Amino acid sequence: MRNNATTEPAWLRWALITLALGFLALNLLLPLLAVFGEALRKGITAYVAGIREPDAIAALRLTLTVAAIAVPLNIIIGLAASWAIAKFDFRWKSVLITLIDLPFSVSPVVAGLIYVLLFGLQGWFGPWLRAHDVQVIFAVPGLVLATVFVTFPFVARELIPLMEEQGRDEEEAALSLGASGLSTFWHVTLPNVRWGLMYGVLLCNARAMGEFGAVSVVSGHIRGKTNTLPLHIEILYNEYNFVAAFAVASILAGLALVTLVAKSLLEWRFAGQLAGRGH
Amino acid sequence: MNRRNGLLQRRASIIPGFGLTFGITLFALCVLVLVPLSAVFVKTAGMGWQAYADVALSSRALKAYKLSFGASAIAASINAVFGLMTAWVLVRYDFAGKRVISALVDLPFALPTAVAGIALTALYAPNGWLGRWLVPHGIEVAFHPLGIVVALTFVGLPFVVRTVEPVLADLGADVEEAAASLGASRFQTFRRVIFPAIAPALATGFALAFARAVGEYGSVIFIAGNMPYKSEIAPLLIIIQLEQFNYAGATAIAATMLVASFLLLLAINLLQGWQRRRMAS
Repeated sequence: MRNNATTEPAWLRWALITLALGFLALNLLLPLLAVFGEALRKGITAYVAGIREPDAIAALRLTLTVAAIAVPLNIIIGLAASWAIAKFDFRWKSVLITLIDLPFSVSPVVAGLIYVLLFGLQGWFGPWLRAHDVQVIFAVPGLVLATVFVTFPFVARELIPLMEEQGRDEEEAALSLGASGLSTFWHVTLPNVRWGLMYGVLLCNARAMGEFGAVSVVSGHIRGKTNTLPLHIEILYNEYNFVAAFAVASILAGLALVTLVAKSLLEWRFAGQLAGRGH
Repeated sequence: MNRRNGLLQRRASIIPGFGLTFGITLFALCVLVLVPLSAVFVKTAGMGWQAYADVALSSRALKAYKLSFGASAIAASINAVFGLMTAWVLVRYDFAGKRVISALVDLPFALPTAVAGIALTALYAPNGWLGRWLVPHGIEVAFHPLGIVVALTFVGLPFVVRTVEPVLADLGADVEEAAASLGASRFQTFRRVIFPAIAPALATGFALAFARAVGEYGSVIFIAGNMPYKSEIAPLLIIIQLEQFNYAGATAIAATMLVASFLLLLAINLLQGWQRRRMAS
Protein backbone atom coordinates (compact mmCIF):
# COMPACT_ATOMS: atom_id res chain seq x y z
CA MET A 1 0.00 0.00 0.00
CA ARG A 2 1.31 3.40 -0.91
CA ASN A 3 1.21 6.10 1.72
CA ASN A 4 0.28 9.73 1.31
CA ALA A 5 3.78 10.87 0.48
CA THR A 6 4.02 8.66 -2.60
CA THR A 7 0.60 9.06 -4.10
CA GLU A 8 -1.34 11.93 -5.56
CA PRO A 9 -4.21 13.91 -4.01
CA ALA A 10 -7.60 12.31 -4.68
CA TRP A 11 -8.73 15.03 -7.09
CA LEU A 12 -5.65 14.50 -9.26
CA ARG A 13 -6.07 10.72 -9.18
CA TRP A 14 -9.64 10.98 -10.38
CA ALA A 15 -8.73 13.60 -12.96
CA LEU A 16 -6.05 11.32 -14.42
CA ILE A 17 -8.34 8.27 -14.39
CA THR A 18 -11.11 10.27 -16.08
CA LEU A 19 -8.76 11.66 -18.73
CA ALA A 20 -7.19 8.29 -19.51
CA LEU A 21 -10.51 6.45 -19.64
CA GLY A 22 -12.05 9.22 -21.70
CA PHE A 23 -9.24 8.94 -24.21
CA LEU A 24 -9.59 5.14 -24.37
CA ALA A 25 -13.36 5.39 -24.77
CA LEU A 26 -13.03 7.87 -27.63
CA ASN A 27 -10.08 6.23 -29.34
CA LEU A 28 -10.75 2.51 -28.83
CA LEU A 29 -14.23 1.75 -27.51
CA LEU A 30 -16.18 4.03 -29.84
CA PRO A 31 -14.68 2.60 -33.08
CA LEU A 32 -15.43 -0.91 -31.81
CA LEU A 33 -19.03 -0.01 -31.05
CA ALA A 34 -19.32 1.75 -34.41
CA VAL A 35 -18.56 -1.51 -36.23
CA PHE A 36 -21.52 -3.29 -34.65
CA GLY A 37 -23.74 -0.21 -34.73
CA GLU A 38 -23.24 0.32 -38.45
CA ALA A 39 -23.58 -3.41 -39.18
CA LEU A 40 -27.00 -3.54 -37.51
CA ARG A 41 -28.18 -0.17 -38.77
CA LYS A 42 -30.68 -1.64 -41.25
CA GLY A 43 -31.74 -4.48 -38.98
CA ILE A 44 -30.78 -8.06 -38.45
CA THR A 45 -32.02 -9.29 -41.85
CA ALA A 46 -29.70 -7.00 -43.79
CA TYR A 47 -26.89 -7.98 -41.43
CA VAL A 48 -27.38 -11.70 -42.00
CA ALA A 49 -27.73 -11.16 -45.75
CA GLY A 50 -24.37 -9.35 -45.77
CA ILE A 51 -22.61 -12.21 -44.00
CA ARG A 52 -24.24 -15.00 -45.99
CA GLU A 53 -23.48 -13.59 -49.38
CA PRO A 54 -21.44 -16.16 -51.43
CA ASP A 55 -18.47 -13.80 -51.98
CA ALA A 56 -18.27 -13.13 -48.25
CA ILE A 57 -18.26 -16.85 -47.52
CA ALA A 58 -15.57 -17.42 -50.16
CA ALA A 59 -13.52 -14.62 -48.55
CA LEU A 60 -13.96 -16.18 -45.11
CA ARG A 61 -12.85 -19.54 -46.45
CA LEU A 62 -9.77 -17.99 -48.06
CA THR A 63 -8.87 -16.11 -44.88
CA LEU A 64 -9.09 -19.33 -42.86
CA THR A 65 -7.01 -21.20 -45.46
CA VAL A 66 -4.25 -18.59 -45.49
CA ALA A 67 -4.13 -18.49 -41.68
CA ALA A 68 -4.16 -22.31 -41.51
CA ILE A 69 -0.95 -22.37 -43.59
CA ALA A 70 0.76 -19.23 -42.29
CA VAL A 71 0.28 -19.82 -38.55
CA PRO A 72 1.78 -23.36 -38.41
CA LEU A 73 4.72 -22.15 -40.52
CA ASN A 74 5.17 -19.38 -37.99
CA ILE A 75 5.10 -21.87 -35.11
CA ILE A 76 7.84 -23.99 -36.71
CA ILE A 77 10.03 -20.96 -37.41
CA GLY A 78 9.35 -19.49 -33.97
CA LEU A 79 10.20 -22.72 -32.12
CA ALA A 80 13.34 -23.26 -34.20
CA ALA A 81 14.52 -19.68 -33.72
CA SER A 82 13.88 -19.62 -29.98
CA TRP A 83 15.56 -23.02 -29.45
CA ALA A 84 18.67 -21.91 -31.34
CA ILE A 85 18.81 -18.51 -29.66
CA ALA A 86 17.91 -19.44 -26.08
CA LYS A 87 19.67 -22.77 -25.72
CA PHE A 88 23.00 -21.93 -27.36
CA ASP A 89 25.67 -19.23 -27.31
CA PHE A 90 26.82 -18.09 -30.67
CA ARG A 91 28.28 -15.13 -32.46
CA TRP A 92 25.99 -12.52 -34.05
CA LYS A 93 23.07 -13.58 -31.84
CA SER A 94 21.81 -10.03 -31.35
CA VAL A 95 22.01 -9.42 -35.11
CA LEU A 96 19.87 -12.52 -35.69
CA ILE A 97 17.27 -11.31 -33.18
CA THR A 98 17.16 -7.89 -34.85
CA LEU A 99 16.69 -9.53 -38.25
CA ILE A 100 13.82 -11.66 -36.92
CA ASP A 101 12.16 -8.45 -35.70
CA LEU A 102 12.80 -6.68 -38.99
CA PRO A 103 9.37 -7.36 -40.60
CA PHE A 104 7.73 -5.34 -37.79
CA SER A 105 9.38 -2.19 -39.08
CA VAL A 106 8.58 -2.76 -42.75
CA SER A 107 5.42 -1.19 -44.15
CA PRO A 108 2.84 -3.88 -45.04
CA VAL A 109 2.63 -2.41 -48.52
CA VAL A 110 6.36 -2.91 -49.02
CA ALA A 111 5.96 -6.45 -47.63
CA GLY A 112 3.55 -7.20 -50.45
CA LEU A 113 5.61 -5.42 -53.07
CA ILE A 114 8.76 -7.48 -52.46
CA TYR A 115 6.98 -10.68 -53.46
CA VAL A 116 5.64 -9.01 -56.61
CA LEU A 117 9.24 -8.10 -57.45
CA LEU A 118 10.26 -11.74 -57.03
CA PHE A 119 7.30 -13.70 -58.35
CA GLY A 120 5.26 -11.22 -60.42
CA LEU A 121 5.16 -11.43 -64.21
CA GLN A 122 8.06 -8.97 -64.54
CA GLY A 123 9.78 -10.29 -61.42
CA TRP A 124 13.03 -12.23 -60.98
CA PHE A 125 11.32 -15.63 -61.12
CA GLY A 126 8.30 -14.46 -63.12
CA PRO A 127 9.24 -15.89 -66.52
CA TRP A 128 10.28 -19.24 -65.01
CA LEU A 129 7.06 -19.52 -63.00
CA ARG A 130 5.01 -18.67 -66.08
CA ALA A 131 6.84 -21.25 -68.17
CA HIS A 132 5.98 -23.86 -65.56
CA ASP A 133 2.44 -22.62 -65.13
CA VAL A 134 2.81 -21.80 -61.45
CA GLN A 135 0.96 -18.77 -60.15
CA VAL A 136 2.19 -17.15 -56.96
CA ILE A 137 1.07 -13.55 -57.26
CA PHE A 138 -2.69 -13.01 -57.50
CA ALA A 139 -3.10 -16.50 -56.02
CA VAL A 140 -3.06 -18.27 -52.65
CA PRO A 141 0.75 -18.79 -52.44
CA GLY A 142 1.33 -15.03 -52.68
CA LEU A 143 -1.23 -14.35 -49.97
CA VAL A 144 0.47 -16.93 -47.72
CA LEU A 145 3.95 -15.49 -48.37
CA ALA A 146 2.85 -11.92 -47.61
CA THR A 147 1.07 -13.10 -44.46
CA VAL A 148 4.07 -15.10 -43.25
CA PHE A 149 6.27 -12.04 -43.78
CA VAL A 150 4.16 -9.68 -41.68
CA THR A 151 3.66 -12.26 -38.91
CA PHE A 152 7.26 -13.55 -38.98
CA PRO A 153 8.35 -12.23 -35.54
CA PHE A 154 5.18 -13.01 -33.54
CA VAL A 155 5.86 -16.50 -32.11
CA ALA A 156 9.64 -16.09 -31.99
CA ARG A 157 9.64 -12.86 -30.02
CA GLU A 158 7.26 -14.34 -27.44
CA LEU A 159 9.30 -17.53 -27.03
CA ILE A 160 12.88 -16.20 -27.12
CA PRO A 161 12.73 -14.19 -23.84
CA LEU A 162 10.66 -16.93 -22.20
CA MET A 163 13.12 -19.71 -23.07
CA GLU A 164 16.05 -17.50 -22.09
CA GLU A 165 14.41 -16.92 -18.71
CA GLN A 166 13.91 -20.64 -18.18
CA GLY A 167 17.54 -21.44 -18.90
CA ARG A 168 18.97 -24.77 -19.94
CA ASP A 169 19.12 -26.75 -16.68
CA GLU A 170 16.02 -28.84 -17.23
CA GLU A 171 17.01 -29.80 -20.77
CA GLU A 172 20.53 -30.65 -19.65
CA ALA A 173 19.17 -32.77 -16.81
CA ALA A 174 16.86 -34.70 -19.16
CA LEU A 175 19.65 -35.25 -21.66
CA SER A 176 22.12 -36.42 -19.05
CA LEU A 177 19.50 -38.91 -17.85
CA GLY A 178 19.51 -40.36 -21.33
CA ALA A 179 16.54 -38.70 -23.00
CA SER A 180 16.91 -38.06 -26.71
CA GLY A 181 16.99 -34.53 -28.02
CA LEU A 182 13.53 -34.83 -29.52
CA SER A 183 11.91 -36.29 -26.43
CA THR A 184 13.60 -33.62 -24.30
CA PHE A 185 12.04 -30.98 -26.51
CA TRP A 186 8.67 -32.73 -26.48
CA HIS A 187 8.46 -33.59 -22.77
CA VAL A 188 10.47 -30.80 -21.15
CA THR A 189 10.75 -27.68 -23.28
CA LEU A 190 7.36 -27.65 -25.00
CA PRO A 191 5.30 -28.06 -21.78
CA ASN A 192 7.37 -25.27 -20.23
CA VAL A 193 6.64 -22.81 -23.01
CA ARG A 194 3.15 -23.92 -24.05
CA TRP A 195 1.29 -20.88 -22.65
CA GLY A 196 3.83 -18.52 -24.14
CA LEU A 197 3.49 -20.35 -27.43
CA MET A 198 -0.28 -20.05 -27.25
CA TYR A 199 0.05 -16.33 -26.56
CA GLY A 200 2.24 -15.88 -29.60
CA VAL A 201 -0.05 -17.99 -31.79
CA LEU A 202 -3.05 -15.93 -30.70
CA LEU A 203 -1.46 -12.65 -31.76
CA CYS A 204 -0.02 -14.21 -34.90
CA ASN A 205 -3.42 -15.56 -35.90
CA ALA A 206 -5.17 -12.24 -35.29
CA ARG A 207 -2.67 -10.49 -37.53
CA ALA A 208 -2.77 -13.24 -40.17
CA MET A 209 -6.56 -13.07 -40.47
CA GLY A 210 -6.67 -9.30 -40.33
CA GLU A 211 -3.74 -8.35 -42.55
CA PHE A 212 -4.72 -5.84 -45.19
CA GLY A 213 -1.88 -3.87 -46.78
CA ALA A 214 0.44 -6.73 -47.66
CA VAL A 215 -2.23 -9.06 -49.03
CA SER A 216 -3.85 -6.16 -50.87
CA VAL A 217 -0.73 -5.85 -53.05
CA VAL A 218 -0.44 -9.55 -53.93
CA SER A 219 -4.12 -10.47 -54.11
CA GLY A 220 -5.25 -8.98 -57.42
CA HIS A 221 -8.71 -8.49 -55.86
CA ILE A 222 -10.49 -11.20 -57.80
CA ARG A 223 -13.92 -11.35 -56.23
CA GLY A 224 -14.82 -14.71 -54.72
CA LYS A 225 -11.34 -16.03 -55.56
CA THR A 226 -8.41 -14.05 -54.13
CA ASN A 227 -10.20 -11.71 -51.74
CA THR A 228 -9.62 -12.31 -48.07
CA LEU A 229 -12.13 -10.93 -45.55
CA PRO A 230 -10.35 -7.59 -45.02
CA LEU A 231 -10.09 -7.10 -48.80
CA HIS A 232 -13.73 -8.02 -49.24
CA ILE A 233 -14.60 -5.33 -46.68
CA GLU A 234 -12.73 -2.75 -48.76
CA ILE A 235 -14.59 -3.69 -51.95
CA LEU A 236 -18.00 -3.58 -50.27
CA TYR A 237 -17.14 -0.26 -48.65
CA ASN A 238 -15.97 1.29 -51.91
CA GLU A 239 -19.23 0.15 -53.52
CA TYR A 240 -21.08 2.10 -50.81
CA ASN A 241 -22.52 -1.19 -49.57
CA PHE A 242 -21.91 -0.05 -45.99
CA VAL A 243 -24.18 -2.45 -44.14
CA ALA A 244 -22.57 -5.48 -45.80
CA ALA A 245 -19.06 -4.01 -45.28
CA PHE A 246 -19.68 -3.52 -41.57
CA ALA A 247 -21.45 -6.89 -41.28
CA VAL A 248 -18.32 -8.62 -42.62
CA ALA A 249 -16.17 -6.32 -40.47
CA SER A 250 -18.15 -7.40 -37.40
CA ILE A 251 -16.93 -10.99 -37.96
CA LEU A 252 -13.35 -9.78 -37.73
CA ALA A 253 -14.18 -7.49 -34.81
CA GLY A 254 -15.67 -10.54 -33.07
CA LEU A 255 -12.45 -12.43 -33.75
CA ALA A 256 -10.50 -9.52 -32.25
CA LEU A 257 -12.65 -9.62 -29.12
CA VAL A 258 -12.18 -13.39 -28.75
CA THR A 259 -8.43 -12.84 -29.17
CA LEU A 260 -8.41 -10.15 -26.48
CA VAL A 261 -10.41 -12.29 -24.03
CA ALA A 262 -8.21 -15.36 -24.60
CA LYS A 263 -5.07 -13.23 -24.32
CA SER A 264 -6.27 -11.67 -21.05
CA LEU A 265 -7.15 -15.09 -19.63
CA LEU A 266 -3.62 -16.28 -20.44
CA GLU A 267 -2.16 -13.17 -18.82
CA TRP A 268 -4.18 -13.58 -15.62
CA ARG A 269 -3.85 -17.32 -15.17
CA PHE A 270 -0.37 -17.98 -16.45
CA ALA A 271 1.41 -14.65 -15.92
CA GLY A 272 4.45 -16.47 -14.54
CA GLN A 273 4.70 -18.63 -17.64
CA LEU A 274 4.67 -15.79 -20.14
CA ALA A 275 7.54 -13.53 -21.07
CA GLY A 276 7.18 -9.90 -22.17
CA ARG A 277 3.87 -8.48 -23.27
CA GLY A 278 3.80 -8.98 -27.00
CA HIS A 279 3.65 -6.39 -29.71
CA MET B 1 30.10 -36.90 -25.85
CA ASN B 2 32.61 -34.39 -27.03
CA ARG B 3 31.12 -31.65 -29.10
CA ARG B 4 33.36 -29.65 -31.34
CA ASN B 5 33.04 -25.90 -31.15
CA GLY B 6 31.39 -24.91 -34.41
CA LEU B 7 32.18 -21.95 -36.58
CA LEU B 8 29.47 -19.92 -34.90
CA GLN B 9 29.01 -21.59 -31.56
CA ARG B 10 31.00 -20.02 -28.75
CA ARG B 11 30.69 -22.76 -26.15
CA ALA B 12 30.08 -26.46 -26.60
CA SER B 13 26.72 -27.63 -25.30
CA ILE B 14 25.25 -31.04 -24.57
CA ILE B 15 21.92 -29.80 -25.91
CA PRO B 16 21.49 -31.06 -29.46
CA GLY B 17 19.81 -29.44 -32.42
CA PHE B 18 21.79 -26.25 -32.91
CA GLY B 19 22.52 -26.99 -36.55
CA LEU B 20 18.92 -27.95 -37.33
CA THR B 21 17.16 -25.08 -35.55
CA PHE B 22 19.72 -22.45 -36.55
CA GLY B 23 19.50 -23.76 -40.10
CA ILE B 24 15.70 -23.55 -40.21
CA THR B 25 15.79 -20.04 -38.77
CA LEU B 26 18.43 -18.78 -41.17
CA PHE B 27 16.80 -20.47 -44.16
CA ALA B 28 13.36 -19.02 -43.37
CA LEU B 29 14.86 -15.62 -42.70
CA CYS B 30 16.76 -15.58 -45.99
CA VAL B 31 14.01 -17.01 -48.19
CA LEU B 32 11.09 -15.11 -46.70
CA VAL B 33 12.61 -11.84 -45.51
CA LEU B 34 16.13 -10.99 -46.61
CA VAL B 35 16.17 -12.07 -50.27
CA PRO B 36 12.76 -10.49 -51.01
CA LEU B 37 13.80 -7.25 -49.28
CA SER B 38 17.07 -7.20 -51.18
CA ALA B 39 15.07 -7.29 -54.43
CA VAL B 40 13.93 -3.74 -53.67
CA PHE B 41 17.49 -2.45 -53.41
CA VAL B 42 18.83 -4.45 -56.36
CA LYS B 43 16.04 -3.14 -58.56
CA THR B 44 16.48 0.41 -57.30
CA ALA B 45 20.26 0.30 -57.83
CA GLY B 46 19.68 -0.86 -61.40
CA MET B 47 17.40 1.99 -62.40
CA GLY B 48 19.89 4.84 -62.26
CA TRP B 49 19.74 8.05 -60.24
CA GLN B 50 17.57 10.06 -62.61
CA ALA B 51 14.86 7.42 -62.89
CA TYR B 52 14.92 7.02 -59.10
CA ALA B 53 14.71 10.72 -58.38
CA ASP B 54 11.94 11.26 -60.95
CA VAL B 55 9.55 9.16 -58.87
CA ALA B 56 10.91 8.82 -55.35
CA LEU B 57 11.92 12.47 -55.03
CA SER B 58 9.11 14.02 -57.08
CA SER B 59 7.25 16.85 -55.44
CA ARG B 60 4.21 14.59 -54.98
CA ALA B 61 6.34 11.93 -53.25
CA LEU B 62 8.10 14.48 -51.04
CA LYS B 63 4.70 15.82 -49.96
CA ALA B 64 3.61 12.25 -49.15
CA TYR B 65 6.72 11.54 -47.03
CA LYS B 66 6.24 14.82 -45.22
CA LEU B 67 2.62 13.94 -44.49
CA SER B 68 3.45 10.36 -43.41
CA PHE B 69 6.25 11.41 -41.09
CA GLY B 70 4.47 14.53 -39.82
CA ALA B 71 1.19 12.77 -39.05
CA SER B 72 3.08 9.85 -37.49
CA ALA B 73 5.07 12.22 -35.26
CA ILE B 74 1.91 13.98 -34.09
CA ALA B 75 0.09 10.67 -33.50
CA ALA B 76 3.06 9.18 -31.62
CA SER B 77 3.27 12.33 -29.47
CA ILE B 78 -0.43 12.11 -28.59
CA ASN B 79 0.13 8.45 -27.76
CA ALA B 80 3.17 9.27 -25.63
CA VAL B 81 1.07 11.64 -23.49
CA PHE B 82 -2.07 9.51 -23.21
CA GLY B 83 -0.15 6.23 -23.25
CA LEU B 84 1.90 7.35 -20.26
CA MET B 85 -1.26 8.52 -18.54
CA THR B 86 -2.99 5.18 -19.25
CA ALA B 87 0.01 3.16 -18.05
CA TRP B 88 0.21 5.31 -14.91
CA VAL B 89 -3.47 4.90 -14.12
CA LEU B 90 -3.34 1.13 -14.77
CA VAL B 91 -0.25 0.57 -12.61
CA ARG B 92 -0.90 2.95 -9.73
CA TYR B 93 -4.62 3.33 -9.18
CA ASP B 94 -7.44 0.97 -8.41
CA PHE B 95 -10.82 1.41 -10.04
CA ALA B 96 -13.73 -0.71 -11.20
CA GLY B 97 -13.28 -2.46 -14.53
CA LYS B 98 -9.51 -2.09 -14.57
CA ARG B 99 -8.93 -5.53 -16.07
CA VAL B 100 -11.36 -4.89 -18.90
CA ILE B 101 -9.72 -1.53 -19.61
CA SER B 102 -6.30 -3.16 -19.60
CA ALA B 103 -7.50 -5.75 -22.14
CA LEU B 104 -9.07 -3.03 -24.27
CA VAL B 105 -5.72 -1.26 -24.63
CA ASP B 106 -4.54 -4.11 -26.87
CA LEU B 107 -7.52 -3.78 -29.22
CA PRO B 108 -5.42 -2.15 -31.98
CA PHE B 109 -3.15 -5.23 -31.98
CA ALA B 110 -6.15 -7.52 -32.48
CA LEU B 111 -8.53 -5.49 -34.64
CA PRO B 112 -7.73 -5.67 -38.38
CA THR B 113 -6.62 -2.31 -39.70
CA ALA B 114 -9.27 -2.24 -42.43
CA VAL B 115 -11.98 -2.67 -39.80
CA ALA B 116 -10.50 0.14 -37.73
CA GLY B 117 -10.30 2.27 -40.86
CA ILE B 118 -13.95 1.99 -41.86
CA ALA B 119 -15.10 2.30 -38.23
CA LEU B 120 -13.17 5.55 -37.70
CA THR B 121 -14.43 6.87 -41.03
CA ALA B 122 -18.02 6.09 -40.04
CA LEU B 123 -17.50 7.93 -36.73
CA TYR B 124 -15.95 11.06 -38.16
CA ALA B 125 -17.78 11.35 -41.50
CA PRO B 126 -20.02 14.45 -41.66
CA ASN B 127 -23.08 12.32 -40.80
CA GLY B 128 -21.26 10.06 -38.32
CA TRP B 129 -21.66 9.78 -34.53
CA LEU B 130 -18.85 12.28 -33.92
CA GLY B 131 -18.69 14.02 -37.28
CA ARG B 132 -22.19 15.46 -37.00
CA TRP B 133 -21.04 17.41 -33.91
CA LEU B 134 -17.55 18.30 -35.12
CA VAL B 135 -18.19 19.33 -38.72
CA PRO B 136 -20.66 22.15 -37.87
CA HIS B 137 -17.90 23.58 -35.65
CA GLY B 138 -15.48 23.56 -38.55
CA ILE B 139 -13.50 20.54 -37.31
CA GLU B 140 -13.24 18.26 -40.31
CA VAL B 141 -11.58 14.94 -39.55
CA ALA B 142 -12.67 12.40 -42.14
CA PHE B 143 -11.21 12.95 -45.63
CA HIS B 144 -8.74 15.49 -44.23
CA PRO B 145 -5.17 15.14 -42.92
CA LEU B 146 -6.53 15.26 -39.36
CA GLY B 147 -8.21 11.91 -40.07
CA ILE B 148 -4.79 10.39 -40.75
CA VAL B 149 -3.63 11.49 -37.30
CA VAL B 150 -6.75 9.95 -35.73
CA ALA B 151 -6.15 6.61 -37.47
CA LEU B 152 -2.43 6.55 -36.61
CA THR B 153 -3.23 7.40 -32.98
CA PHE B 154 -5.53 4.39 -32.90
CA VAL B 155 -2.89 1.93 -34.17
CA GLY B 156 -0.03 3.28 -32.03
CA LEU B 157 -1.45 3.51 -28.51
CA PRO B 158 -0.65 -0.01 -27.18
CA PHE B 159 3.02 0.34 -28.15
CA VAL B 160 3.49 3.17 -25.63
CA VAL B 161 1.30 1.67 -22.88
CA ARG B 162 2.87 -1.80 -23.08
CA THR B 163 6.42 -0.44 -23.13
CA VAL B 164 6.00 2.00 -20.23
CA GLU B 165 3.76 -0.18 -18.02
CA PRO B 166 6.33 -2.82 -16.89
CA VAL B 167 8.97 -0.17 -16.17
CA LEU B 168 6.53 1.85 -14.11
CA ALA B 169 5.47 -1.28 -12.22
CA ASP B 170 9.09 -2.17 -11.42
CA LEU B 171 9.85 1.27 -10.02
CA GLY B 172 10.40 0.89 -6.28
CA ALA B 173 8.50 3.07 -3.83
CA ASP B 174 11.70 3.68 -1.84
CA VAL B 175 13.12 6.34 -4.17
CA GLU B 176 9.83 8.20 -4.09
CA GLU B 177 9.70 7.96 -0.31
CA ALA B 178 13.25 9.27 -0.14
CA ALA B 179 12.33 12.19 -2.40
CA ALA B 180 9.25 12.97 -0.29
CA SER B 181 11.15 12.76 2.97
CA LEU B 182 13.70 15.21 1.59
CA GLY B 183 10.85 17.66 1.06
CA ALA B 184 10.12 17.21 -2.64
CA SER B 185 6.59 17.91 -3.77
CA ARG B 186 4.74 15.20 -5.67
CA PHE B 187 5.29 17.08 -8.94
CA GLN B 188 9.02 17.50 -8.24
CA THR B 189 9.28 13.79 -7.48
CA PHE B 190 7.61 12.97 -10.77
CA ARG B 191 9.77 15.34 -12.78
CA ARG B 192 13.11 14.55 -11.15
CA VAL B 193 12.79 10.93 -9.99
CA ILE B 194 10.05 9.06 -11.83
CA PHE B 195 10.23 10.65 -15.26
CA PRO B 196 14.00 10.15 -15.74
CA ALA B 197 13.53 6.47 -14.83
CA ILE B 198 10.77 5.87 -17.36
CA ALA B 199 12.08 8.23 -20.06
CA PRO B 200 13.94 5.51 -22.02
CA ALA B 201 10.82 3.30 -22.05
CA LEU B 202 8.66 6.23 -23.08
CA ALA B 203 11.07 7.10 -25.88
CA THR B 204 11.10 3.46 -27.02
CA GLY B 205 7.29 3.37 -26.99
CA PHE B 206 7.18 6.61 -28.98
CA ALA B 207 9.64 5.22 -31.53
CA LEU B 208 7.69 1.95 -31.88
CA ALA B 209 4.40 3.80 -32.35
CA PHE B 210 6.07 6.17 -34.82
CA ALA B 211 7.65 3.33 -36.83
CA ARG B 212 4.35 1.51 -37.02
CA ALA B 213 2.52 4.67 -38.06
CA VAL B 214 4.93 5.55 -40.88
CA GLY B 215 4.23 2.26 -42.67
CA GLU B 216 0.54 2.02 -41.77
CA TYR B 217 -1.85 1.64 -44.67
CA GLY B 218 -5.12 -0.18 -43.90
CA SER B 219 -6.55 2.08 -41.23
CA VAL B 220 -5.53 5.29 -43.02
CA ILE B 221 -6.73 4.96 -46.60
CA PHE B 222 -10.42 4.90 -45.73
CA ILE B 223 -10.36 8.04 -43.62
CA ALA B 224 -7.66 10.04 -45.42
CA GLY B 225 -9.54 11.09 -48.55
CA ASN B 226 -6.34 10.36 -50.50
CA MET B 227 -6.01 13.67 -52.35
CA PRO B 228 -2.64 14.03 -54.14
CA TYR B 229 -0.38 16.62 -52.47
CA LYS B 230 -2.88 16.92 -49.63
CA SER B 231 -3.88 13.74 -47.87
CA GLU B 232 -1.89 11.05 -49.68
CA ILE B 233 0.41 8.92 -47.49
CA ALA B 234 3.64 7.35 -48.76
CA PRO B 235 2.49 3.69 -48.69
CA LEU B 236 -0.53 4.66 -50.80
CA LEU B 237 1.82 6.15 -53.39
CA ILE B 238 3.41 2.69 -53.79
CA ILE B 239 -0.03 1.19 -54.42
CA ILE B 240 -0.84 3.89 -56.97
CA GLN B 241 2.39 3.20 -58.87
CA LEU B 242 1.60 -0.52 -58.84
CA GLU B 243 -1.91 0.07 -60.16
CA GLN B 244 -0.33 1.92 -63.09
CA PHE B 245 2.02 -1.07 -63.58
CA ASN B 246 4.95 1.23 -62.81
CA TYR B 247 6.93 -1.36 -60.85
CA ALA B 248 10.13 0.70 -60.99
CA GLY B 249 8.36 3.69 -59.50
CA ALA B 250 6.78 1.61 -56.75
CA THR B 251 10.17 0.08 -55.96
CA ALA B 252 11.91 3.46 -55.81
CA ILE B 253 9.45 4.77 -53.22
CA ALA B 254 9.61 1.45 -51.33
CA ALA B 255 13.41 1.66 -51.16
CA THR B 256 13.18 5.17 -49.72
CA MET B 257 10.71 4.01 -47.09
CA LEU B 258 12.78 0.92 -46.27
CA VAL B 259 15.83 3.08 -45.56
CA ALA B 260 13.66 5.14 -43.21
CA SER B 261 12.43 1.91 -41.55
CA PHE B 262 15.99 0.66 -41.04
CA LEU B 263 17.05 3.95 -39.48
CA LEU B 264 14.04 3.77 -37.16
CA LEU B 265 14.87 0.17 -36.26
CA LEU B 266 18.42 1.25 -35.43
CA ALA B 267 17.07 4.08 -33.27
CA ILE B 268 14.73 1.67 -31.47
CA ASN B 269 17.60 -0.74 -30.79
CA LEU B 270 19.73 2.07 -29.35
CA LEU B 271 16.80 3.23 -27.19
CA GLN B 272 16.22 -0.31 -25.90
CA GLY B 273 19.91 -0.57 -25.04
CA TRP B 274 19.60 2.70 -23.11
CA GLN B 275 16.55 1.34 -21.31
CA ARG B 276 18.36 -1.90 -20.34
CA ARG B 277 21.33 0.02 -19.00
CA ARG B 278 18.99 2.31 -17.03
CA MET B 279 17.15 -0.71 -15.60
CA ALA B 280 20.39 -2.46 -14.69
CA SER B 281 21.89 0.49 -12.83
